[in-house]
Amino acid sequence: MTLSGEELAEEAVRDVAPPSRLRVVTRRFFASTQGRIGFAVLALMFLLAFAGPLFTPWSYTDKDFTAFMQPPSATHWFGTLQTGSDVFAVTLRGMQKSLVVGLLAALVSTALAALVGAFAGYFSGWTDRWLSWVTDLLLVLPAFLILAIMSPLFGAGQWVLFVVMLALFLWMVTSKIVRGMTISLKQREYIQAARFMGVPPVRIIARHVLPNLSSLLIVDATLNVSAAILTETSLSYFGFGIQPPDVSFGTLIADGSRTAVYAPWTFWFVAGLLVVTVLAVNLVGDALRDAFDPGAKGRR
Amino acid sequence: MTPVLQVTDLTVSFGDVRAVRGVSLEVSRGEVLGVVGESGSGKSVTAAAVMGLLPPGARVGGSVRLHGKELLGAPERELTALRGKTVSMVFQDPLSALTPVYRVGDQIAEAVRVHRRVGKEAAAVRAVELLDLVGIPRPGERAAAFPHEFSGGMRQRVMIAMAIANDPDVIICDEPTTALDVTIQAQVLEVLKKAQRETGAAIVLITHDLGVVAGFADRVLVMYAGRPVEVGSVDDIFYRPRMPYTVGLLASLPRIDRGERQPLVPIEGNPPAPGALPPGCPFAPRCPLHVEACDEGEPPLFEVGPGQRAACIRWEEVRPWAPGQRTGDETGLWPAGRHAGEEARPWAAGRHAGEAGRARARGRHEAGARPLRTVLEVENLVKEYPLMRGAVFKHRVGTVHAVAGVSFDLREGETLGLVGESGSGKTTTLMQILELAAPQEGRVTVLGRDTARLGRADSTAIRRDMQVVFQDPLASLDPRMTVHDIVAEPLRAHGLPASGRRVAELLTLVGLDPSHAARYPQDFSGGQRQRVAIARALALEPRLLVLDEPVSALDVSIRAGVINLLASLKARLGLSYLFVAHDLAVVRHIADRVAVMHLGKIAEIGQVDAVYDAPAHPYTQSLLSAIPVPDPARERTRTRILLEGDLPSPADPPSGCRFRTRCPKFRSELTDEEREACVTVEPEVLPVGADQGAACHYAERRDVVRPGGIVR
Ligand code: SF4
Ligand code: SF4
Repeated sequence: MTLSGEELAEEAVRDVAPPSRLRVVTRRFFASTQGRIGFAVLALMFLLAFAGPLFTPWSYTDKDFTAFMQPPSATHWFGTLQTGSDVFAVTLRGMQKSLVVGLLAALVSTALAALVGAFAGYFSGWTDRWLSWVTDLLLVLPAFLILAIMSPLFGAGQWVLFVVMLALFLWMVTSKIVRGMTISLKQREYIQAARFMGVPPVRIIARHVLPNLSSLLIVDATLNVSAAILTETSLSYFGFGIQPPDVSFGTLIADGSRTAVYAPWTFWFVAGLLVVTVLAVNLVGDALRDAFDPGAKGRR
Repeated sequence: MTPVLQVTDLTVSFGDVRAVRGVSLEVSRGEVLGVVGESGSGKSVTAAAVMGLLPPGARVGGSVRLHGKELLGAPERELTALRGKTVSMVFQDPLSALTPVYRVGDQIAEAVRVHRRVGKEAAAVRAVELLDLVGIPRPGERAAAFPHEFSGGMRQRVMIAMAIANDPDVIICDEPTTALDVTIQAQVLEVLKKAQRETGAAIVLITHDLGVVAGFADRVLVMYAGRPVEVGSVDDIFYRPRMPYTVGLLASLPRIDRGERQPLVPIEGNPPAPGALPPGCPFAPRCPLHVEACDEGEPPLFEVGPGQRAACIRWEEVRPWAPGQRTGDETGLWPAGRHAGEEARPWAAGRHAGEAGRARARGRHEAGARPLRTVLEVENLVKEYPLMRGAVFKHRVGTVHAVAGVSFDLREGETLGLVGESGSGKTTTLMQILELAAPQEGRVTVLGRDTARLGRADSTAIRRDMQVVFQDPLASLDPRMTVHDIVAEPLRAHGLPASGRRVAELLTLVGLDPSHAARYPQDFSGGQRQRVAIARALALEPRLLVLDEPVSALDVSIRAGVINLLASLKARLGLSYLFVAHDLAVVRHIADRVAVMHLGKIAEIGQVDAVYDAPAHPYTQSLLSAIPVPDPARERTRTRILLEGDLPSPADPPSGCRFRTRCPKFRSELTDEEREACVTVEPEVLPVGADQGAACHYAERRDVVRPGGIVR
């Protein structure tokens, strides 16, 4: 027995509640430095985005007509824009939007990919044919064009629809991979064993198929967060997506990049926060993947 | 006699892991040395080191001398010249050792031409000669075939032909028959013997199968944890072992020649990981004779008799295990004592041994007195698969008759062993039962319900009472689930509370430590994993347990523990087992009745002792006679009924009796008129004894395991 094994055993004795997967994965997640850091940073970002505005007298719509294009100072912590907007306030507002849009779109798209792929692969026959047909259809539609055409619909408060649309155009390729892997997983003995035990199919998908694809799905979700934020960014850059006076990372970066050379504070704070967010998401993703995978060295 | 191959103090390490720790062995001309060990004992690494075939990361020390010439550190060019000429090798998996894109004849000719200056023509002629020597029918034609067109047994013959192509002095065989069926194994061993006679070569036979060694080897070397622990002549090792590990191995083997049902004596615990060896004797944590002195240093090989050496400081006290001796018996040294320490070690495998013995005495019944209630009935089950060809346009070119009318029943509290070689249809039969769907033809009745008329709710109810244990626990346990979740799964699936207590109870029942419930399957050894699978199967307190080769993926010393566990559980919980296996010895040990399948049909069925002691069907006879017994004296006097050729394709079974193309009786004993019936009429299973039936027109009971003639 290895040392870590002994530790585990001792812990299990103390832990009287049934050690189900959820607990074990959570424990392993928080046991890894990566997971802890990533989680802490993400939590901080959310805190900053939603609680930060309370500490500044400026809101993102306010304009200080006494300070245009000023560098960071005591009144304007991150400086001001050409319009006199407070950079700190707009950045936080943008972060609220981008965090929510990015994470939600990624989760929705990965979840969609997982469900459609797993059902198509597990049930085969007509279910498979229909789901694959829908997948292929969405795959050939030019996503960017449609998003651009539909973007006028995403007026104020319509960001939920925006998230759904973003997600809708991100899931197809993953879904095809998931379908293929499900078909091969279905032949595995433990899935057969569950079937012969009388476990209903939907439950087999939830308890056996998806967890065994977790590495793929987590990596996919992690990548999708960046992809969603960036797609939103580029859509906003072209003037679709989030519309003024509302802001997002995308619109801010687009505006900031024009003035970045002589007024770096208009660009670098936003860009820095975007990078930190993506990094934190990646850390969380890696830690989660290791926590799910019993083969990984989870206890460092 | 000077040894041809002499290995002294060979060590091999991969990084920090010392896989081989000081192996010394020698073989002389015409001698067969058996190297026995479990997986991870370093036996295959030893062979690879001798051949110079280790991966680049390995560090090798010691010396390997061939005809007195040092091989370790010799330039690659010289080694290549020796390999295949003076030393050659036969691998376990011949398909990976043959190049798939070249014709078999060309590959053999190539092997000849690499080492000898002969013309193409001459080499081709020699290749055909060699194929003929190893018993390939129509060698001239078959030389032009590609490796994938050969069956496993035939490929192994080709490998042997290549190995002897240049009259080598040493042939190293690494598990040459492990991947083969018993009847094919018997053929291949026969070919190996013949090859040895022809070439006079020394053979190093590496295997885990003590039966094969008993029949084939002159001397035996037992390896454990990377070291030889006992060396001696085959008789000394089998009859006068001096190392507790050897004694334990022999005692833990189920045997086809033992009717009286003793519980097997498993070796407790698991072999040590090569990276984490105990300080003293590597066997100490599992040894019943362990004393403090054992931990002081690794015991050297003591000279314990003429030509016999054993690595145990208490060798003088070690006695062979006698059949009939019981666990805890104070008279014999093995496996008495050592029970105080058992509770300290959580995964003691032997906990159930004593119980199993008592259980057997109760649970077993005599022929003719079968229990009344039927839990499973299969009538005339037929399953055919279409045989498809073509990459673009798939079209049907034939039908595979996987199961062609099989009938048997299983009563409550009984164990039915379903045995057969690969391709016999036993797995298909099993799957048909497990699917709980209407069979293609025939009828399957599980727990009184006909599967053709089952609603969804009914089949869920039946699944609750019928559980399954698969062959490879690593494959049948979801690697991403904790043991707790695995064992709790059936409970949850059927809406029962899955409390930690219940899971702990189940784990204790199968001899595992409940505190390990938070672990994943990969943290357990093979035997423990199979126990987890059994715990899962028992969670719902089923009435019928379907066991698909439950022990064949396990190491010999672990196997016995699982078999004993199954036996004791059956008696305690009143289970019925459908036990599918290819290992007839295991089946004899655990089953009450046995059904022998051949090519989708039942050849013989009946009470287990009746069938094993006096099989009536020629197939059963040859099957039983092909199984090696770990008893050298008996092996020497036994005559094998060798089958010719391979199993016919189930897509194109012979007319009449499906066994007739291989039947020794048909070939040599019957007259032409008698043969007529075999060719035209398909035999039905007809009774030949109280509880014994055989599907042969000329069934005749005879004892083939023990030497001695026909039974009445
Ligand atoms: S040396 Fe001791 S522990 Fe090792 S086999 Fe002999 S008695 Fe057992
Ligand atoms: S019926 Fe004929 S061919 Fe078939 S097993 Fe009996 S003797 Fe052999």
